Amino acid sequence: MAAIQRRRGPSVVGILGTLQPFADGLKLFIKEIFIPAKANKFLFILSPILFLAFALLLWSIMPLSVNSLVADLNLGILYILAISSLSVYGLILGGWSSNSQYAFLGSLRSAAQMISYEIALSIIILTVVVYAQSLNLSTIILTQKDVWFLFPLFPAFLMFFISSLAETSRPPFDLPEAEAELVSGYNLEYASMGFAFYFIAEYSNIIFMSFFCTALFLGGWLPIINLVIFSAIKPIIWFSIKSLIVIIGFIWVRAAFPRYRYDQLMNLTWTVFLPFSLAIFALTFVLNVFFSF
Amino acid sequence: MSKTFNLKKIKNLGLNFGPQHPAAHGVLRLVLSLDGEVIRQSDPHIGLLHRGTEKLIEYKSYTQALPYFDRLDYVSMMSQEHAYSLAVESLYKDFILDEYGTRIEIPIRGQYIRVIFCEITRILNHILAITTHAMDVGALTPFLWVFEEREKLLELYERVSGARMHASYIRPGGVHIDISKGFLDDLYKFTKDFAIRIDEIEEMLSKNRIWLQRLVGVGIVTAVDAINSGFTGVMLRGSGVSWDIRKEKPYDSYTQLDFHIPTGKNGDCFDRYLVRMEEMRASLSILEQCLNNIRPGDYKLDINKVVSPARAQMKFFMESLIHHFKIYSEGYCLQKGFIYQCVEAPKGEFGVFLVSDASNRPFRCKIRPPGFYHLFGLDPMAKNHLLADVVTIIGSQDIVFGEIDR
Repeated sequence: MAAIQRRRGPSVVGILGTLQPFADGLKLFIKEIFIPAKANKFLFILSPILFLAFALLLWSIMPLSVNSLVADLNLGILYILAISSLSVYGLILGGWSSNSQYAFLGSLRSAAQMISYEIALSIIILTVVVYAQSLNLSTIILTQKDVWFLFPLFPAFLMFFISSLAETSRPPFDLPEAEAELVSGYNLEYASMGFAFYFIAEYSNIIFMSFFCTALFLGGWLPIINLVIFSAIKPIIWFSIKSLIVIIGFIWVRAAFPRYRYDQLMNLTWTVFLPFSLAIFALTFVLNVFFSF
Repeated sequence: MSKTFNLKKIKNLGLNFGPQHPAAHGVLRLVLSLDGEVIRQSDPHIGLLHRGTEKLIEYKSYTQALPYFDRLDYVSMMSQEHAYSLAVESLYKDFILDEYGTRIEIPIRGQYIRVIFCEITRILNHILAITTHAMDVGALTPFLWVFEEREKLLELYERVSGARMHASYIRPGGVHIDISKGFLDDLYKFTKDFAIRIDEIEEMLSKNRIWLQRLVGVGIVTAVDAINSGFTGVMLRGSGVSWDIRKEKPYDSYTQLDFHIPTGKNGDCFDRYLVRMEEMRASLSILEQCLNNIRPGDYKLDINKVVSPARAQMKFFMESLIHHFKIYSEGYCLQKGFIYQCVEAPKGEFGVFLVSDASNRPFRCKIRPPGFYHLFGLDPMAKNHLLADVVTIIGSQDIVFGEIDR
């Protein structure tokens, strides 16, 4: 992002600035934790824990290499959808228990945004599932051996990318966290560890979504062409490279675009993404069932 | 039996868009009355940056009062100095009449230098206005790209006065010292490259669908409302009223320069953004004309009773030393009378109403800041818009608290 903005990013801590995140984490760790006087103490402490827990739980079904998963569920996709829906609780409780106007407004908007975009995401995921005929992530990746789902389902890929930007509250859909409007939204009242948890959970979500996008559309840990030379590079490296490209896409969009206003954001999902994703789903379904696409 | 229900009145949420806010452009306390997310009423509370400028000026000599004007609108410094200098020059006493009884004007080179700096100031201001506005709306990148250009301009300020921002350079009688040797060359290099920078920003923003969605139709001001509310400058021109003081009541070299005044059509934030971009290009063309027309010569009036002599002269001639001493210690006296002098500052019409009682201090100096009227036009502009639009509208009005609160 610093390169896009023609400035030097953090480059002092560590070699080329690589230790910067650790320094940030350490700073957050040693700061004083305080709880607002009128806040609901139990929920206030519980919400970031909840949010982070769900964000980390998602990783258990991500196949990082040929057979290395924590849990090879046959209902992997359903599990992902369920956990992402549950993580909205972490947001709402966090904002509400802070007992602050700004935090409350921010969390409400965040929650509404996440729920709406989950619908678009689910339909697109369903499209991929119908195409691959399985809910198991490893099977989906294996089905992409001949051709990645990126090519037949290109519009779905674009919509998935944009919806995952909205799902993780990244710019241009980051109004809930926009500094200019609400000064950080639902995590306004959180200092040190609470903020660190939300922060880590958000970035974990971003990385997970990129990996997920790669698994669904870019062929997961499969090499580009099934040649021996490429197979020498480990699958996990392939997966990482492709996901990195998606993550760079996330960051690029952040540096380039202004922010959507809240009603425009909601308008976008309900009047644009939903119909389009339903259309693509219907099309894929028909083609798949009747013409074995 | 009829039951009467005691309905509770739903009050609107009162939100303090507080003094410490990244988007409030200074210290603005805006009390918003929200109905859900729709704004019903906005009430700006100002005065948090009030420094008593006008009162302090009454206790200073005319030369000492000059730096106050730099610090009013602290992003476009020399325009205010210019207004003040023009006001003081109009009140000079009779000794600036030549043998035919006509007023002696500031030498041509001095006028061109002033115009050069006015246009540099205009570019400085518009860069800041547009990119901080963009940053508030979410586009983080143009701000960083174009502030480098601002650095180059501030270096030009520094070359000529020693201070990057508050220069105190344009003084009554001309300018303080002559521009240095490589100045015009560097200015030329700047004008060559800057057009590409403007294009870069336009590429990022002007056709961006999200930018258009955020700005088109937001904060519409009709031409009639704009004139009635006292808007000036870009706010007026964005609504279609083609009024520019540089053309209507020209001062200094603007009489000899040829430039284009962009106007908008709808009076929304997007039109004002486009007007500012075009004004930057017009400023570049004015700078080119000045670079072509400027000739060597005097840069300030020769009349040492009111304008302090050059340092070399002061160190060599006795009379110059005496004049220098008198001007810097006691100051000079103006005619008794008053004048309202306005200039086309980048933010609008910046006016100085100077009342003199023939002593060496201003009797009263009233400052007309353009931002004041724009800020109080916020309420009708922001009615029935969403909360996020308030930020957009404030950014597009180009408010700086230094001049509003003085």
